[in-house]
Amino acid sequence: MRRNVGKATDTIRARRAARVAEVPDWEALRDAGAAIKARAMASLPEQLERLEAAVTRAGGQVHWARDADECNAIVGAIAGEHGAREVIKVKSLATDEIGLNDALAAQGVEAIETDLAELINQLGHDTSSHILVPAIHRNRAEIKLLFEHTIARGQDLGWEITAIAEAARRHLREKFLSVPVATSGANFAVAETGTIGVVESEGNGRMCLTLPRVLITVMGIEKVLPEWRDLEVFLQLLPRSATGERMNPYTSLWTGVRAGDGPQEFHLVLLDNGRTDVLADEVGRQALHCIRCSACLNSCPVYSRVGGHAYESVYPGPIGAILTPQLRGLEHAPTLPWASSLCGACYEVCPVKIDIPSVLLHLRARVVREYKSRRSPEALAMEAVGRVFGSQRRYEQAQKLARLGRGPIVTAALPGWSAMRGLPEVPEQTFREWWRSRPPRAAGGGAAQ
Amino acid sequence: MRVALFITCFNDTLFPQTGRAVVTLLERLGCEVDFPEAQTCCGQMHTNTGYRERGLALARRFEQVFADAEVVVSPSASCVAYLRENGAGLDGRLTELTEFLVDRLGVEDVGATFPHKVTLHPTCHSVRLMGIGDRPQRLLKQVRGIDLVELNDAAVCCGFGGTFAVKNADTSMAMLSDKLRDVLNSGAEVCTAADNSCLLHIGGALRHQRAGVRVMHVAEILAAT
Repeated sequence: MRRNVGKATDTIRARRAARVAEVPDWEALRDAGAAIKARAMASLPEQLERLEAAVTRAGGQVHWARDADECNAIVGAIAGEHGAREVIKVKSLATDEIGLNDALAAQGVEAIETDLAELINQLGHDTSSHILVPAIHRNRAEIKLLFEHTIARGQDLGWEITAIAEAARRHLREKFLSVPVATSGANFAVAETGTIGVVESEGNGRMCLTLPRVLITVMGIEKVLPEWRDLEVFLQLLPRSATGERMNPYTSLWTGVRAGDGPQEFHLVLLDNGRTDVLADEVGRQALHCIRCSACLNSCPVYSRVGGHAYESVYPGPIGAILTPQLRGLEHAPTLPWASSLCGACYEVCPVKIDIPSVLLHLRARVVREYKSRRSPEALAMEAVGRVFGSQRRYEQAQKLARLGRGPIVTAALPGWSAMRGLPEVPEQTFREWWRSRPPRAAGGGAAQ
Repeated sequence: MRVALFITCFNDTLFPQTGRAVVTLLERLGCEVDFPEAQTCCGQMHTNTGYRERGLALARRFEQVFADAEVVVSPSASCVAYLRENGAGLDGRLTELTEFLVDRLGVEDVGATFPHKVTLHPTCHSVRLMGIGDRPQRLLKQVRGIDLVELNDAAVCCGFGGTFAVKNADTSMAMLSDKLRDVLNSGAEVCTAADNSCLLHIGGALRHQRAGVRVMHVAEILAAT
């Protein structure tokens, strides 16, 4: 797993760096992206009402879902009205977040993932480990064997990537042409025009968005953009940050329904599911600016070592470490804010300048303040060390104890340091002891030796 | 110029040789060094571990101890970055060592000699939090006899991250093992940095492996003659 993830993230990271370096005004674009998102969040109720009005005007139907259950019920009811036994899905994090596939299965409707990587995970009864490349933890050999045991049973697909992918293509093509209902997420929704946008690489999303009779889009409320012209900024930021491409292969934009062209029924479900709670946190709310590019995952030294499953969330990596605890409630994911060495690589690459390290620190402080016992061993050690640092006398005593191999400074630092790293011998003389032992300098100081 | 030295608790206790080197270096360059003995810790460990009130109280304590200093110099990019981020940068009077040398004193050649093969770990907080740029490289390049060699994936974190190294020890060690591979592949005899916290981590593993590669703070190389 570590080899698969490490290799893949190295490749995407290098490609992103090259594509970003080509853009002379990249920093200005990042500022613009951050500013547009901040404006959208500051006027969210207004923007969502504008969006609802525009979508309705264009012939779509808008639904509001407070949480996962409400959202699943809405989608399930629409699928039920059309007697669908199957729905095809465009890759979508929002629908993964609410567990739509399981909810539909419970009412006898099979959700079919059409994104190649999502399909691989679905066939392997696996879950996503990356926002953009959900099967990043899998290599070619694993995928070949998986297909030969599922959609290409009994066939020898060989080792060519195109031949292996062809098996999925044949399987999916049949579904695109026969299934009457599709679901999708949304990368953007323009309040001004009611236009929804999905960007993707494979074209399978485009199939889902155009061929079925009914289209249901589930969208987190933070995806709204005030104006059409805002797309200009994000359609530059997203592909370069995500896949390291100048432009993504497929950008699908649609506005309501149009007679004789594409789906004849369009539903937009606006999903809250904890987002308004996030908005209430002045520091943490910037997590809602995320455009799901994954640049922070690909640049994160922690993510590339542990992979996405370790974060136990649809949203892994640095952004997941600040988003998941806020969406679910800090008490449900209290360790995630510590899943970082605070190296800052995520902030450096974020296309909308989310200051992930600062939010991590903010959430750490909130967890300690709101949920941790003041009597936990860590809290007591921190309190003791804090008292030591609070006075010169206690500090100097602790230094002497440290030299004897015990005392609060050492005990706080020791556990877990373990196998691979030795601790330095505590030197015979602290710096301050040396300083005091120096012969007095000539008056006026300077170059005295 | 009269400068106050903020040695940091970590260097004071575990790396006194770095402090001695800073004093030697600054005095050689004509500075008069003060060491306010009331100083302890900046509070970064507390804040980064989630104990923010305590951490910020220590940052305020730092401000009081150094309130009268004309210029404060510290050999820890990480502590300086933390203090600045939390409003304890003393209105620009708090500087990191390499920043002080290059920007305030305007020197890059400090008159050092160090005839060894050296590689520089730039450290995350030096580069990304503090924006130290290439100041350590510029200073090291002027050292007589030095053979400064490239470190592959230099800007990637070594996995220390303060209490991260003990809270997520396995992940931290996975990151460290990649850093070690790059340090060993560089062929350097000495791995240096403008921050001893990373060097505690990298050096601890090098010693554990009996790799024969030493770690030294940039100040110790710049003080060598």
